[in-house]
Amino acid sequence: MNGVHDMGGMQGFGPIRTEMNEPVFHAPWEGRVITMVMAIAAWGKFGVDHRRFVRELIPPAEFLAMSYYEIWYTGLIANMLDAQMVTRAEIDSFMPAGGSAKLTPALMASRVPTFFANGAPKKRNVPSRANFRVGQRVRARNINPATHTRLPRYARGKIGVVTADRGIYVFPDASANNQGEKPQHLYSVRFEARELWGAQARPKDSVYIDMWDDYLERV
Amino acid sequence: MDTTRRGFLTTAVGAAAGAATGPAQAAEAGHDHQDAPSDMTLRVKSLESLLVEKGLVDPAALDALVDTFEHKVGPRNGARVVAKAWTDPAYKRRLLADADTAIAELGYTGQQGEHMVVLENTPSVHHMVVCTLCSCYPWPTLGLPPVWYKSAPYRSRAVIDPRGVLQEFGVQIPGDVEVRVWDSTAEVRYLVLPERPAGTEGMSEEALAALVSRDAMIGVGKVTLARVNP
Repeated sequence: MNGVHDMGGMQGFGPIRTEMNEPVFHAPWEGRVITMVMAIAAWGKFGVDHRRFVRELIPPAEFLAMSYYEIWYTGLIANMLDAQMVTRAEIDSFMPAGGSAKLTPALMASRVPTFFANGAPKKRNVPSRANFRVGQRVRARNINPATHTRLPRYARGKIGVVTADRGIYVFPDASANNQGEKPQHLYSVRFEARELWGAQARPKDSVYIDMWDDYLERV
Repeated sequence: MDTTRRGFLTTAVGAAAGAATGPAQAAEAGHDHQDAPSDMTLRVKSLESLLVEKGLVDPAALDALVDTFEHKVGPRNGARVVAKAWTDPAYKRRLLADADTAIAELGYTGQQGEHMVVLENTPSVHHMVVCTLCSCYPWPTLGLPPVWYKSAPYRSRAVIDPRGVLQEFGVQIPGDVEVRVWDSTAEVRYLVLPERPAGTEGMSEEALAALVSRDAMIGVGKVTLARVNP
């Protein structure tokens, strides 16, 4: 969706504020939020694409005013409500509804090292036709879905060159929409900075973007 | 935490889940994104209690994951990969050809590092990495990203004004050097292999690793004999 999360090329956000000796978490609650997201994700009821999509649904003015982990907290609740893991009343009261049996957590502490080390690979060993090859000139399609996509606005309609075929990966636009994984080729596409930004850009500079097969068309 | 934000934490959840929206609250000025609002401490504690009582999460698993982020992953891991590549040409070849396997040799695999690509900086090409859509970052080698990497100023400008961004980090790139920006839009995670600084011949792998900063592995810093950036 054309949300405010899609920030590439926007202007006016001011200088980059770095912090010396930055801690991993600025407050303990931040660490609880990201780890709750992971522990709840371990149930397998929604994937990374659903997690990103619900965050993108936060209205723009609110999204920009929230801290990073407030966005994650908000997204976690939305994902759990969508997956019917909690009810609205439970979130409003922070009390479990009566009558339901206590479950056994999907991720127990003993399994954390394996859970972290295994990760959640998105590469798939299934056949899929590669419609583009390395060295080919391609155009990023001009699509504007109101649902989740990983094709940034600043690249749409622009011409680039395929520099690598990374293999077959889960397609987030389908996955976030409950339309299955639709695995397909993922390419690295090089866009000249001048193609993206015009004459103000340096002629030798470029931006490389990971592009699924469905994002591209022949030139 | 101001009441505006408290309002939209409720509203946003409602919007995302299609549920009823909470009452609008009076606006109040002032945001500081670095602050930890005590309100969030309370909300998150209440949410955790709810999820533990329902048997959805094991609090000890959260402790173990927090410990992983605070003590097991982080830029020290990535620095060891870089130092090994600098001192072992065969390893460097493997790293550039198949980063997943080469990084796994050192044990730095896992969540958000499942599909790695290493980008080698040279005297003629400078790479830098961004995620314009969210906050994609290679956790096993670099840990969780710093706040600036996830912030709007960096995400918006890295692709349109990379040289201006680099200048803000104190990095001057000569005009004849190509700047390549990598936007992590998919599940591939990028690690920059910085140039080895002159005057480090004969240094041990361990001593070299101590010179390698996080910023150099994102591509917004350079490695120098006197480390100046984080």
